[in-house]
Amino acid sequence: MVTLKTIIETLDLKVLTSPRDFSQIEIHSGYTSDLLSCVMTGAQPDGVWVTLIANINIVAVASLLEVPAIIITENAQPDEATIARANQEEIVLLSTPHGNYHIVGMLWQLGIKDTN
Amino acid sequence: MSDQVTLSDSDAGIITRVEELGYELKISQVMTTNVVTLSPDMHMIDALDLIQKNRISGAPVVQNGEVIGIISTEDLIRSLRDGRIDRKVTDYMTRGLITAKANEKVVEALKTFAKKNVGRLPILDENNKLVGMLTKGDITNGLLTALQRDYQAEELIRYRASHLFEDIESDRTSLILRYRIIKDDFLHGGAASNHIKKALQRLGASRQIARRCGIAVYEAEMNLIIHTTNGGFLRVEIEPHKITMEAYDDGPGIEDVEKALTPGFSTATEQVRNKGFGAGMGLVNIRGCVDEMSIKSSKESGTNLYMTMYLDKTSS
Repeated sequence: MVTLKTIIETLDLKVLTSPRDFSQIEIHSGYTSDLLSCVMTGAQPDGVWVTLIANINIVAVASLLEVPAIIITENAQPDEATIARANQEEIVLLSTPHGNYHIVGMLWQLGIKDTN
Repeated sequence: MSDQVTLSDSDAGIITRVEELGYELKISQVMTTNVVTLSPDMHMIDALDLIQKNRISGAPVVQNGEVIGIISTEDLIRSLRDGRIDRKVTDYMTRGLITAKANEKVVEALKTFAKKNVGRLPILDENNKLVGMLTKGDITNGLLTALQRDYQAEELIRYRASHLFEDIESDRTSLILRYRIIKDDFLHGGAASNHIKKALQRLGASRQIARRCGIAVYEAEMNLIIHTTNGGFLRVEIEPHKITMEAYDDGPGIEDVEKALTPGFSTATEQVRNKGFGAGMGLVNIRGCVDEMSIKSSKESGTNLYMTMYLDKTSS
């Protein structure tokens, strides 16, 4: 088990939502896709989701699936409404200049190998 | 800020609620009322005895109901170091007191603790008579107790909701939720599904059932947003033994339902695909999530999608 704090620090991610005690959020699995319907079936509760999509719909999906954190890749920038909604739903939005492939590789190295 | 260390841990949700409570609770609700006081004619040795015996870290010096000073452990240490423990408390007490009023909100006391270097505040009533003492520990305890009460209240609501059906007698009891879904309203996409999922959880559905219904109804909701002419409606009927979810619209209808059920088949536009939709998995996902799914569609009357989830007693 890896905490979100470790992930943020190791992967040098920028936190877009309000600061929280990230050491209290445990990440048990990972999933990546840029197609929301695939995420719907693939992403697990308490997992991290890596995606290039930055629009408001990712928050709704994460909230429904109880995914605590989304890593938005390639510097894709969510708008203010998306960030506000994420804060409301207590979903952590993280940003990185790297692509999905790179980030997933780093998460794998951290030991997050479960997909369910 | 280091003064607020007792409140700055734990997760953000709790912090926010703690802040709210700081504005809701009055000092009188969290202060210690059973106050050990000293009188001006007491000696430092008496103060030491009282403070030790009562396991406190300081006590106010009171004359005719009014606080004229405060003796803290620091003052005791000073008198011990001077070897003057036989002196009057008035010689060593701290004057120029910082106090707070009992009817003020807790947040005011927190501000005072953060600004001034004091460990305890004498609490006065409107007539400036001492009615209690307040430490940061009292605030923490008060807030934790209030949070606990919150939690119990929420549990009670949840309990009442989950026993809703048992309390009502009828031949067939059901609860119906209806949501109007607006065409192209991507901004609120998923809002109805989220409400539905939360309602199901409140009513005592398991995490699994709530999640599966949530996913199915989300896909249906997004279909209404993306593919309809005028948007449509979601209708969810919750009964003790099953959940029936229905999405209906007035057009344009699905041309070939069999084809629409093929994984990967999508009629979504490039623009919609760019938002992450249009994987051609919506109906496929729905079929995977619910126990029964059926579609009626025609160009004349639009599309009706029915989804049913059965709840057996053990999993709900």
